[in-house]
Amino acid sequence: MIPTPNIDWFALATILTLLGASAIALLGAVLVPHRARRLFGAVVSGLGFTGGIVAAVWLYADSPHGHAVVSGAFYRDRWTALAQVIICTVGLATTFLAFEHLPGWGRGADRSRRDDHIAEAFALLPVCAAGMAFFVGAGNLITLFLSLEWFSIALYVLCAIDYDLEGSLEAGLKYLIVGSFGSAGLLFGSALVYGATGSINYQEIASRVGTQGLDHNLLLLLGLALIIAGLGFKASAAPFHMWTPDVYEGAPTPVTAFMSAATKVAALVLAMRVLQTAFPQESHLWTWAFAGIAVASLAVGNLAALVQRNVKRILAYSSISHSGFMLIGLSAGTAFGAKALMFYLIPYTAMAFGSFAIVAARERELGEPVTLDNLAGFGWERPFLGVAMWFFVLGFAGLPLGGGFVGKFYVLAAAYDHGWTWLVIVGVVATLVSLYYYLGIVRAMYMRPGAELEVAPGGVATVAGGSPPREALLHAAVAAALAVSVGSLFAVEPLIDLAQKAAASLPF
Amino acid sequence: MTISSVTSLLIWLPIASALVIWLLPLSRYATGSLAVLVSLVEVGFWIEQVTRFDFGQSGLQFSESATWFGDLGVSYTVGEYGFSLWLVGLTVVVMAASLGYGFWVGRDRPRAYFGLMLFLTGATVGVFVAQDLLLFYAFFEAMLIPLYILIGVWGGPGRLGATVKFVIYTMAGSLLMLAAIVVYGLQAGTFDLVDAPTSTSRWLFLGFMFAFVIKAPLFPFHGWLPDTYRESPPEVTAVLSGVVAKTGLYGMLRIAIPTFPEPTSYYRTAVLALAAATLVYGSLLAFRSPDFRGVVAYSSLAASGLIALGLFSGTDLGFDGAVLQMVAHGLVSASLFLIAGAVERRTSTGEFRLLGGMARGRPALATLLMTAGVISLAVPGSASFAGEFLILAGAFQRAWWWAVIGASGIVLAAMYMLRLISAVLHEARGSTVGDEALDLRPGELALVVPLVCVLLVLSVWPAGISGRSFAGDNPTGAVEAQFR
Repeated sequence: MIPTPNIDWFALATILTLLGASAIALLGAVLVPHRARRLFGAVVSGLGFTGGIVAAVWLYADSPHGHAVVSGAFYRDRWTALAQVIICTVGLATTFLAFEHLPGWGRGADRSRRDDHIAEAFALLPVCAAGMAFFVGAGNLITLFLSLEWFSIALYVLCAIDYDLEGSLEAGLKYLIVGSFGSAGLLFGSALVYGATGSINYQEIASRVGTQGLDHNLLLLLGLALIIAGLGFKASAAPFHMWTPDVYEGAPTPVTAFMSAATKVAALVLAMRVLQTAFPQESHLWTWAFAGIAVASLAVGNLAALVQRNVKRILAYSSISHSGFMLIGLSAGTAFGAKALMFYLIPYTAMAFGSFAIVAARERELGEPVTLDNLAGFGWERPFLGVAMWFFVLGFAGLPLGGGFVGKFYVLAAAYDHGWTWLVIVGVVATLVSLYYYLGIVRAMYMRPGAELEVAPGGVATVAGGSPPREALLHAAVAAALAVSVGSLFAVEPLIDLAQKAAASLPF
Repeated sequence: MTISSVTSLLIWLPIASALVIWLLPLSRYATGSLAVLVSLVEVGFWIEQVTRFDFGQSGLQFSESATWFGDLGVSYTVGEYGFSLWLVGLTVVVMAASLGYGFWVGRDRPRAYFGLMLFLTGATVGVFVAQDLLLFYAFFEAMLIPLYILIGVWGGPGRLGATVKFVIYTMAGSLLMLAAIVVYGLQAGTFDLVDAPTSTSRWLFLGFMFAFVIKAPLFPFHGWLPDTYRESPPEVTAVLSGVVAKTGLYGMLRIAIPTFPEPTSYYRTAVLALAAATLVYGSLLAFRSPDFRGVVAYSSLAASGLIALGLFSGTDLGFDGAVLQMVAHGLVSASLFLIAGAVERRTSTGEFRLLGGMARGRPALATLLMTAGVISLAVPGSASFAGEFLILAGAFQRAWWWAVIGASGIVLAAMYMLRLISAVLHEARGSTVGDEALDLRPGELALVVPLVCVLLVLSVWPAGISGRSFAGDNPTGAVEAQFR
């Protein structure tokens, strides 16, 4: 007989809350009248994410000594809880954005069909976040793979949900195929690791590698390499990044905003845990591997972004380069690096979400994809969104307008602390290159000649009666992202304290 | 008002005012008045600080400290030394004049404009008072953001290319400095400049110096300067050459020289050679320059070279002269750029072949340009002369040939400045100089006359600054003790 594990339900509270919200939202797709579905779905999803934040904060406060629960399948510790807080916050902000901007401008003008699949979208969003919340705490290779598929499948559908939008279906399909490739690599890697060590549990893998002297076991190393590659796909780190620009460009912008922020949190947080917990003996290998991936991401992301005109593609490449920065922290393989990574994620998610939200506003105004050309004059037409975008992109560039500056400083410090001065140099050179395209966005918004400023809005704005839509929720979400981004420059001490306590639950 | 709050107030009052201006839908007139008022309040606060500053005492004064992030030893520490007090004064005075100029000419989009100018004020003051390396870096970078927008939005026709060049150049330097800061700070275990241990690492020294020589700038790192100074709005150019360029020189004085004594002496000859080359090359370019702003821009380049010569001579006289010259040149170049703006507004050009004969019927313009120009060329008795003389005397103590090269710069200064004065004011009347090109209006006089008056005061009493920049008037001792 299979023994029933003892289940710590509180450790799963975040996930259960999100799943509950998702179930209710899905029921709404059937039971609630068509015209009320958007509001219903948004409220349920918003409440679900709020509940998820509360649960995760509570979990953080109540789990000072991390340990594995449910037969070692899940970690109840602060590293998990803090990542869950970030993911749920992004989810809540996405709900705000999606209420007004999902589906995007593709079907936006056709009011009658606009709400067709909105309830499903609001059911998928929390279920996806639940998958990520489980993923970051996964304690063995099976739960890792299951939760990876769980949130990935939800994301595939979300990418394609605006099926009238040119590129949305393509994005979903592309993400499905490339993502499955990554998942398959991860699964195969897990199988090889199991084959080598006879265990799927992280801690047992580590102890068996130690006791059985498997340091140089080829199966184990190959498995590790495949796991790294699989996680690299999800984190959109080069050379596993090729899906990123197309998917980010094609997906409805609220979904892109969610992906660029939350998926990255999940993938990087989990990568730090699985490598440090399961493969500490191989750290001399994976630190170098991740340093290499970080350099490749910085190079590819920044150089490719230089020649883009489409703003979503620029931001997609910028997210690749930020994967590179965060992997610098990861590659240090120290508690300092983990702390730096966790801190970096806080302003990064705010800036990534906020910048895509602003793109969504402009898309709706224009009724077409946003490029550097039709961004002209945006800063003067919509002062708040313009200034916010200004803060986000210059924060990305590491100028001291937000916590991105401190995050960069921390990961560079972590690299130096590890003894890699060369990686510090690579980081600053990459930042210098990135300035060109980040400033290009500011230039497009504010500095184009007067004649170019009068871009006739052709989208919903004119349909609805000329003036820009009010978009109160979008403004609220952007304001919150701005507050987090700027606030994390000033409130470094409390945030780094949170990150430090979270990192303390990993076995360094 | 307690003693300690003023330094922070000097930084945060303009930044908070900028936020107020951005948030409140004020009219053009109200926005401009508020901004000018804030800049005058800044000047008032600074004067109040001067009256309370103890010039005989060594160490940091008016200091405040709070933890920013303790695990790496980064703190928010601000405070002033004698020389930083003078540079803060230069900043607030030049910013007040420049804000006034922006108000006078009625810049478009006033809320954005005045907000950015105030933000720039706060960030620049921050550079001069920050006593933590990372805080210094944050302000050093923060200056760039408003400057980028100010030049890119309100600049001349070639502004887009100029901004890219300006930002990429300066960021290239400051990012290397960031790498150096990370390495230095983690080695030292603290980022606090007041308790900074000295370092013998030549690489770190070069990392810092790279940022400073680009910002100052010194030859051959001045590639951004001509375009930026030409394409910026005149009042922004005044701030750039008068104040922002001084942050690079200040960085050498406050960070590079005291923290890296061994590398400083190792690279002394190289830096002195660069400084001398900058002085001569800048002067020659100024002499060849076909327009008003070009002359003043390249003369600023030459002045940076001269000041660096003083700083790296490593002598008492050199340090004293460098601080005096920073202030004097800041004021003189700000005045000249504001006058250049006034001339360009009247004639829509700064090119000498289209200008000329403006002295006739325009006594105020002629007097002010003449006075500022003569001070700029360091005529004996002027503040610049005092500064340059001290620098050259200091350089002479290092080796006589540095002083010879430096003195040649003074001769060249006379050549290009007199050429400027005669090309604008005298000679035949230029084709763009019409009768409708009026003399300076009271509003413009109210901006330039105070700057020139301060210069005249300094000319009468240069020791007011040169004797009060370092504790006990012992600069090398203060530098060796790292200003503790």
